Amino acid sequence: MNRFLLVGLAGLLAASGAPAAPPAAPQVEVTIENYHFVPATLEIAAGTTIIWRNKDDDAHTVMDASGAFRSDALDEGQSYTHTFAKPGTYRIACSMHPQMMETIVVQ
Amino acid sequence: MTHHDKRTRRDALKCLGFGSAGTLFALAGGVLTPIDLAAAIPSGEPRPVHHKPLFVQISDTHIGFSKDANPDVAGTLNRTIDIVNGMAHKPALVIHTGDITHLCKAEEFDQAQQLLSRLRVTELHTVPGEHDTTDPNAAQYFDRFGKASHNKGYYSFDHAGVHFMALVNVMEFKNGGLGTLGEQQLAWAIGDLKHRSASTPIVVFAHMPLWSVYEPWGWGTGDVAPLLAQLKRFGSVTVLNGHIHQIVQKVEGNMTFHTARSTAFPQPVGGEAAGPGPLKVPAEQLQKMLGVTTVSLIERPRSLALNDTTLAGAE
Repeated sequence: MNRFLLVGLAGLLAASGAPAAPPAAPQVEVTIENYHFVPATLEIAAGTTIIWRNKDDDAHTVMDASGAFRSDALDEGQSYTHTFAKPGTYRIACSMHPQMMETIVVQ
Repeated sequence: MTHHDKRTRRDALKCLGFGSAGTLFALAGGVLTPIDLAAAIPSGEPRPVHHKPLFVQISDTHIGFSKDANPDVAGTLNRTIDIVNGMAHKPALVIHTGDITHLCKAEEFDQAQQLLSRLRVTELHTVPGEHDTTDPNAAQYFDRFGKASHNKGYYSFDHAGVHFMALVNVMEFKNGGLGTLGEQQLAWAIGDLKHRSASTPIVVFAHMPLWSVYEPWGWGTGDVAPLLAQLKRFGSVTVLNGHIHQIVQKVEGNMTFHTARSTAFPQPVGGEAAGPGPLKVPAEQLQKMLGVTTVSLIERPRSLALNDTTLAGAE
């Protein structure tokens, strides 16, 4: 009975014209620890969403070095997400601490 | 003075051990010499200040920070301001070398301004830190502090025969690099010095170190060399910054480089921790550590040694 209802709900959503999200859109978490992005290099598929989570008790930002996107200051425990739609190589930095870098290759 | 008053002052000094104070500068024989504030006004009767105060440098107030390293940054700033206001010879200027706020929020700037407005000085000069400029266009900072520089951030002014240059090295981003002044500001700064007499004492201040303190943590300014070259011909140059929350000094010819403490929390010595994050230290240890750097400057004004005397010794 429950399964029947869920299927029915999914059918309603699909019929309502909501954008068709890819099934189980991939998400990858990056942590910010000790003034480093971990991992410092990352390969992901186009459409992947990255969640950066700040574990430092100092503030950081997540910034695309080319200026395409940039978070506000993230306090400890706060996070920022960005979905990489297009393939390419992205250089990520913290605008507050230029020594912090991360390279993300989107296939 | 009642016993209660004395107690309050002593307690304020203790708290300065946690959060620190500002740094007082006096003009002695054409050379600006840093003097520790807490030592300038020890507990009990004020110790005579031998040099006329020129300005006080406050740095890294980080209003909005509330982590373990100091859950009450407003309190430590307030106590710092009490010390400045209680000085026997009041300086005319206060210079804030940035990181006024922690997260660049409007309410943090509002609180910082409210606290700093208690300073009994005629002028407050500021430069932004990287914590003050994370919002789009650094609007929060410039809306409040941009007037002096016509919203450039960098500017110069004269006071008591001393030429001051306020520089911004946290806004032009170089991926993987150090602090950056940028071509436009560099050209302005070099031009600003061009026709000045070499006998004019120069004070240059910015948030991040204008000299290489510890590059793996970004503690330096990558493109400052042409400016330092221009400063060499002056007889007295004092280069000040905050950012690293501890006192480090270097003397090179007529140039003295000096980093200020924070009023909020200390940071580790470059390279002596996994990262430069807020240092959580037991109260006694911290008090002793801060005391070492400050009081020695008072006892030997022309000496740039940062050891020998503890803050506990000044009580």
